[in-house]
Amino acid sequence: MRDVSVIGIGITRFGELWDRSLRELGLETGLAAISDAGITSKDIDALYIGNMAAGSTLQQEHVSALIADYCGLTSQNIPATRVEAASASGGLAIRQAYMAISGGFIDVAVVGGAEKMTDVSDSESSYTVSMGSDEQWEAQTGATFASLHAMIAQSHMDEFGTTREQLSAISEKNHYHASMNPMAQFPFKISGEAVSNSGIVSSPLRMLDCAPNSDGAAAVVLCATEKAKKFKKKGIRLIGSGQASDTLSLHHREHLNRLPAIGIAAKRAFKSCGKKVTDIDLIEVHDNFTISEVIALEEIGIFKRGKAAEMSLKGETRLGGKIAVNTSGGLKARGHAPGATGIAQIIEVVKQLRGEAGDRQVKGAKIGMTENHGGTAATAVVHILEVE
Amino acid sequence: MSVPRFWRELDSRYNLVGSYCKITKTYHYPKRSFNPDAGRDSIGNMVDYQFNGTGTIISSTVVHQAQSGYEMFGPYCMAIIELEEGPRLTSQVVDCDPITVKPGMKVKSVFRKLGEDSESGILHYGTKFIIDEIQDEEEVDDNLPDVEL
Repeated sequence: MRDVSVIGIGITRFGELWDRSLRELGLETGLAAISDAGITSKDIDALYIGNMAAGSTLQQEHVSALIADYCGLTSQNIPATRVEAASASGGLAIRQAYMAISGGFIDVAVVGGAEKMTDVSDSESSYTVSMGSDEQWEAQTGATFASLHAMIAQSHMDEFGTTREQLSAISEKNHYHASMNPMAQFPFKISGEAVSNSGIVSSPLRMLDCAPNSDGAAAVVLCATEKAKKFKKKGIRLIGSGQASDTLSLHHREHLNRLPAIGIAAKRAFKSCGKKVTDIDLIEVHDNFTISEVIALEEIGIFKRGKAAEMSLKGETRLGGKIAVNTSGGLKARGHAPGATGIAQIIEVVKQLRGEAGDRQVKGAKIGMTENHGGTAATAVVHILEVE
Repeated sequence: MSVPRFWRELDSRYNLVGSYCKITKTYHYPKRSFNPDAGRDSIGNMVDYQFNGTGTIISSTVVHQAQSGYEMFGPYCMAIIELEEGPRLTSQVVDCDPITVKPGMKVKSVFRKLGEDSESGILHYGTKFIIDEIQDEEEVDDNLPDVEL
């Protein structure tokens, strides 16, 4: 097992990028990441692509070869692999590259995530997202992805007394963070009242509880730490990685207000690097809905079960609070381009650990963490990064 | 949805047929040929079982932004329902004001149209649920003492 470092990053703004194709987005972020790393295409041993839905949104499968070709990597016949686990595709692509490098098979990998969600109508993109749940026995019965999270939220409210005001505070906080992130899809503040008064999507969840379905791309260069010295960038070490699965359908879970795969993936990630939850200075979590951020923080153990929403309203997850959560703006305000989201999370933590996060910099940040999940957390992937 | 894909699920969709595991003596929905709790022993020991269709609401939501193909039904109630025999499923609760559906309410299955592929496409039928007229004792007036008028 070898140490692995992140030596280069590149990201687009997320949003409605109607003038940009999947391959253009992939190329732009890939080039940005390799120039940030100070490497050339000859240094690349493998390409991993996180993508959830090109088949349903673009009628294009085989996007690993597509991106490799468009980026000029096929002239060297570089191996290219697509990784898919719904919205966890990006985080999981990182993990595949991490394992290949740590295991000694390759030295340098480019991991890119790209997604086009706005080439299709809202109703088609929403249906595509619900394919991350059980399409046959959930989506086909009329259950939207939001409605499954609505039942998770209602169950959390019923058991722990979580309130509307507490959930609204999470979107308010993520927009506040995004107001300091020029690459965010929604780089502006919104009030908690605006969240509470936004239209109902599926009770009790409202429009401003929900992350958008965005276009966007993100890429990183991973390198064996022992080989990283010859490249110009001081690396950020990827010290821990964990992954877990759960039942695809929410209705097959014992507790509706828990997402246990997140906790198990986190435990495995902590074990892989000998760190504990109190060592973490900042975290990017998968807030596809406000309730998901609440439960992720509880599963990882940052707050006791049933307490995360209350602590969020108190400002403990805000920049300057007990632990900064989603300084990028999270899925809600940075945007959510499923295949790219897990990689965008890693990029935010790398920026923070490099001290390049500008106005939203977490002072003295040494260790950061990412949590990315697919479906109703039927796949969860957690990474831990540390300043070298 | 393709015709073969819909056709092979007809029994589960139309008749609420799932599986009974002879090893663990537990019920499963939808049908499965393998019970994770029993492992390989369950292969060949899973038999079809038609659920009686009564169950209890575990959690519910009123969907305002409808699923693709369900726009004409909105706002509608989606719920996770625990069947009397044990397994849980996700389904719509219909023929009632959707906001009145609460955890603990008794429901029973009905056969309904789920949707259609297009005006000339195949129609999808399946199971939805309605509020069961027979609820728990405390809501039934018979418990009140008789009063002579």
